[in-house]
Amino acid sequence: MSGQHAAAPVGGKLFNATTLICGVLIAAMIAVLFVRFIFGLGAVTNLNDGYPWGIWVVFDVVIGSAFACGGFSVAMLVYIFNRGHYHPLVRPALLASLFGYTLAGVGVLFDLGRWWNFWHILWPGYANPHSVMFEVAVCISAYITVMWIEFSPVFMEQWGLRVQRRKLEKVLFFFIALGTLLPMMHQSSLGTLLVVMGPQVNPLWQTPVVPLLYLLSAIAIGYGIVLFESCLAASAYRREIETHLLQPMAKIMLGVLAVFMLVRFGDLIVRGALGHAMNPSREALFFWLETVCFAAPFLIVGKPAARRNPARLFLAGCAIMLAGILLRINGFLIGYDTGLGVDNGWNYFPSIAEMLVTIGMFALEVLGYIIITRRFPVLSRTEAAH
Amino acid sequence: MTTRRDFLRGCLAGSAAAATAVLPETACARDTLQRPPEALGLLYDATLCVGCQACVAACKRVNENPAEFTTVDHLWDTPLDTSGHTFNLIKMYRHGTMATKDAEENGFSFMKTSCMHCADPSCVSACPVSAMTKNPLTGIVGYDPDACIGCRYCVAACPFGIPKYQYDSPTGKIGKCELCRHRHQDGHYSACAEVCPTGATLFGRTDDLLAEAKRRLSLKPGEWTTIPRGRLRHAGEKALAGGEDGKGEKHRHGWRDEPDQSYQAQLGNYLQHVYGETEYGGTQVLKLSAVNFQKVGLPDLPPKSSAATSETIQHTLYGGLVMPIVVLAGLTWVARRNVVPEADEEKGGQP
Repeated sequence: MSGQHAAAPVGGKLFNATTLICGVLIAAMIAVLFVRFIFGLGAVTNLNDGYPWGIWVVFDVVIGSAFACGGFSVAMLVYIFNRGHYHPLVRPALLASLFGYTLAGVGVLFDLGRWWNFWHILWPGYANPHSVMFEVAVCISAYITVMWIEFSPVFMEQWGLRVQRRKLEKVLFFFIALGTLLPMMHQSSLGTLLVVMGPQVNPLWQTPVVPLLYLLSAIAIGYGIVLFESCLAASAYRREIETHLLQPMAKIMLGVLAVFMLVRFGDLIVRGALGHAMNPSREALFFWLETVCFAAPFLIVGKPAARRNPARLFLAGCAIMLAGILLRINGFLIGYDTGLGVDNGWNYFPSIAEMLVTIGMFALEVLGYIIITRRFPVLSRTEAAH
Repeated sequence: MTTRRDFLRGCLAGSAAAATAVLPETACARDTLQRPPEALGLLYDATLCVGCQACVAACKRVNENPAEFTTVDHLWDTPLDTSGHTFNLIKMYRHGTMATKDAEENGFSFMKTSCMHCADPSCVSACPVSAMTKNPLTGIVGYDPDACIGCRYCVAACPFGIPKYQYDSPTGKIGKCELCRHRHQDGHYSACAEVCPTGATLFGRTDDLLAEAKRRLSLKPGEWTTIPRGRLRHAGEKALAGGEDGKGEKHRHGWRDEPDQSYQAQLGNYLQHVYGETEYGGTQVLKLSAVNFQKVGLPDLPPKSSAATSETIQHTLYGGLVMPIVVLAGLTWVARRNVVPEADEEKGGQP
């Protein structure tokens, strides 16, 4: 936490092959969305009444926001557990979170069938505080605002707004505390969304401890994402990998994962639901895929020596991301069965158009990350000098 | 830099936060809601149904829904399932030779698919904008498209697969049975019950309908009995209406006057179970059948509603915002000690 960790813009050209590809993907997304808003959801998606939520909800919002937990996980480490030496990781992680959440918030509008009423969810008289989705919406909206405030010193620094910056930093601790609380609330509630669906969700994923499972996995994913992004940014910008920071962080991630596994299997055993994992069914297969991905980081970076290997750190990050994807897809799509199997014939697999929108949103995130890291002080300067 | 004390302090705040997620069901437990005493509903008796679909046509007409074609000639309204444009459907169970009505083996049976008007509806608990509401008097689960944001959480939440969305429209609404509440002010009741020729679908107070269902279960199969049609009159209600308010058309309950339409019929070989009496805390639409309820498309549900489980978790964590405020206070206290203004840090590094 000294001057040598001060952040600086990476610099360089904004127009290159990567940004060009992002631009093309974003254009494709806009074209699909044009059709969606003129002709309705049925015109571009494979959504149906058996699967009313597709990848726009499950990927763009539920998984997208979990992937955007890097900022929350690192900020918690630095400011709550006072691990100041992780400070260089805060800004890049916060930036990725900012994009992930802002776009998840925007992405929801594409999926809302009556989007022009979206403000009802925050409006007294309409809002239903008993609804899990209400809680998710309020916390995510508040968190997006808090994150922009947390990140605003970056812009103030670049534009020389010293007075405003000093004023903000006097109260920043409060926004950091709020920025730690809010993701805890809505990441757990994203899991609680499943509870009201009752027995329509397979017992492997329908449990009263689902909020804790989603929260713990979101924190672990947060560290996994930082491993992934740090390795990627280092290779793309030809910077040195911050192994001295990533190595202990991987250890913390394993600790969170261990707690997750304990809760996960403890709950399955207590509820007597483990039998569902032994059936020769698609659900059981996906459960084991998910479990293998959650266990993989222990094999990949379990030993201290392995944690010094950047390739292994990167792989561990990928494994935990995949595990997070599977936990959420399994609960919301694979393990979900409308009308408990009595309404046969419902199927869902995303259409090309749906995938184009999800990919386009991802491209928008990547493009935003590139533009901001090249023009604003996000990544730490020392490594740029190497 | 980091001291052990700082770390412990962080742990304290962290575990307080974790505790918010695991607190057991305690003071905030929300019990499964019960039907209001004057709840309105339907009784569907599968053994009386002849599968004429008059109720399907009537439902389409009074709700101004378009026909849905599934045959090549596009001549008849032939929906294969309820949808955003079809709120009521008679489905058929068939097995083997289909020789006998209401037989599970080599037989067939009918089942009405429409909103069950749950005592504790998942859709109402799920809806973030109060577009799905349960009337505190009649218990009817109503939908308000002007409030709805189209998130389709209700569609996902309902264990009966009832609320459905109109995916074919850029301004699609949710479609579901509202027990014809828009016709009640004119003294009309649910169109499906109004037109049912055999009394298989009967409208009335759920309490009365439950008593009627239990009366049928108490009699022997094949026994002759009086079967009411249209609307089941409440025991205390005057048999002859029309005089009470002096206007001729309506009696004091507001329902249009009708001649007694009951008739004599032989009872079916019922399963000894009124579906909807206890499922998910009970529903206001009740069903009788001779064929296994799961086989005719009704899910096996516990007496505890998932809305109660969901709201218990939410109220435990967020009731009165107590827990979030306590955790926020802890986090703020810790963060205040740990956050070093970045501007101060840079004084050493920057000229």
